[in-house]
Amino acid sequence: MSGSTFVSDTGAVFSRELRPVLRDPFSVIFSMVQPLIFLALFAPLLPDSVVGGSALQWFVPSILVMSCLFGASATGSNLLFEIQTGSHERMLVSPLSRPALIVGRALKEIVPMFAQALIIVLVAVPFGFRLNVAGALLGLVILGVFSVGIGALSYTLALASKNKEWLFWTVQQTVLFPVLLLAGMMLPVEGGPAWLRTASLFNPLTYVVDAQRALFGGELMSATVAGGLAAALLVAVAGLAIGTRAIRRAGA
Amino acid sequence: MTSTMIRASGLTRHFNVKKEKVEAVSGLDLHVEHGELVALLGPNGAGKSTTLRMLTTLLRPTSGTALVAGHDVSTEPKAVRRRIGYIGQGNGAGHSQRASDELISQGRAYGLTAAAAKERATELIGTLGLDAVAGRVVSSLSGGQRRRLDIAMGLIHTPPLLFLDEPSTGLDPQNRANLAEHVRGLREASGTTMVLTTHYLEEADQLAERVVIIDHGTVIADDTPAALKSAHAGDRVSLLFDHEHDARKATATIGTFAGTAPIRHQGSGIQVELRDGAQLTPKLLRALDDALVPVAGVEVARPTLDDVFLSLTGRSLREGEPGSEGTVA
Repeated sequence: MSGSTFVSDTGAVFSRELRPVLRDPFSVIFSMVQPLIFLALFAPLLPDSVVGGSALQWFVPSILVMSCLFGASATGSNLLFEIQTGSHERMLVSPLSRPALIVGRALKEIVPMFAQALIIVLVAVPFGFRLNVAGALLGLVILGVFSVGIGALSYTLALASKNKEWLFWTVQQTVLFPVLLLAGMMLPVEGGPAWLRTASLFNPLTYVVDAQRALFGGELMSATVAGGLAAALLVAVAGLAIGTRAIRRAGA
Repeated sequence: MTSTMIRASGLTRHFNVKKEKVEAVSGLDLHVEHGELVALLGPNGAGKSTTLRMLTTLLRPTSGTALVAGHDVSTEPKAVRRRIGYIGQGNGAGHSQRASDELISQGRAYGLTAAAAKERATELIGTLGLDAVAGRVVSSLSGGQRRRLDIAMGLIHTPPLLFLDEPSTGLDPQNRANLAEHVRGLREASGTTMVLTTHYLEEADQLAERVVIIDHGTVIADDTPAALKSAHAGDRVSLLFDHEHDARKATATIGTFAGTAPIRHQGSGIQVELRDGAQLTPKLLRALDDALVPVAGVEVARPTLDDVFLSLTGRSLREGEPGSEGTVA
């Protein structure tokens, strides 16, 4: 496989995946319903004292990450459906590079992530949410990297589930919520028991969320930001490696 | 390029189903020359689709080799993929995509430039009569329209070799006829080599110039439909008499024509399978006349590929229909 075909193949897969989103931008909203509900019904319940500052400032970055996590982790269901209908088979018979089939799909996750982040911020600002623009942009870069990794993992899960749709959703839902709670996205873990705080340290999402809060608050150069970037890169590299391996195996 | 499109030798594929080894294809040999239209015919689970999946690089052979369009499916899968088109059993187009978008995406997947993909897509939309639905989302297309879109996608890179896996399954008779027309038209226009699997006898009979009958994962017969019929099955001659005793009287005379073929009595009727029955029947009637046995009616039925399969295996192809290919296919 030469480098240039990999790049153009990835481009071909990426633009195919993106096209329905561009044709029907409203579809981006679907995976945002739950995060927006949390923003509307959960954020007002959070007392400032619990988070040690403005509850809104603390919670909006959580919602950004949550929306990215919900969208990217569910994206494998599209592949699952294409495995069932025969679309994926047709891609496998084409000379497209196998890694490009996963990488192109995963890269597409960046686009709805950006759109969703924009919507959330626009909704939150009238309620008093303040952000540092440079920090927010860097935050989105980290989220983009993170969503590529989560997307790749979701596609891997789809390949592993094959014709068992229930398996995909069971695993996705079972993993999603513990990861989310252990990252201190809904409530700070600082007040929790020692075992929970330890578990939280092993969760890459913890670092991503902490970095978002720091960046949106204007803290650009810090260990927290570096930690978030490192965690996002780790998830992306691991996700793409596992996904590429899975599609190579499934392909023959 | 040589004139050989497919050369498969000893192609074998095992599956493990519940810890039991199932041999879906065992030692299959197949040669297809440039420009042929070949149908792989067999009952459900015979190994047709598994064979096709190996020839199209979707499945690695357990053993044996296959050269497809000049390249080895196991060691040079990408070179094979570039040169073949494949129309699978499912629908190739993504349901949330627009038909014309999918055609262009398909062209890009085969390395066409955006402009070339667009031009080729427009051309195929016209050829396959998809103009009215090209801008629509695939999930809103009818079964027949989707199948034509599948064909268009399989042809986007103008492959010299096209595989079709059960192309007409799930289509109503009208769409099936329409599909056959497109396949024939394509052949006349481009001379593309085509290999299709089917369990519809009529389809193999009407469409293919060569029929390869597969049973239990190996080739059991391979020839033109006409040659297969004359080699493996005779014409079915049915004679009708006014009285049962006439039928009994006729048996001896018929026997001199039938040789070892069994003579079946059914009330005042007799059925016998005669090689070259259409030519022999006038003589048979004269002989019965000479024997003073009045014949009330006669019918000569040409053999079908089902008769060929029956004579080769003792089973009917139609048995088990409508069934599924199951886990091994």
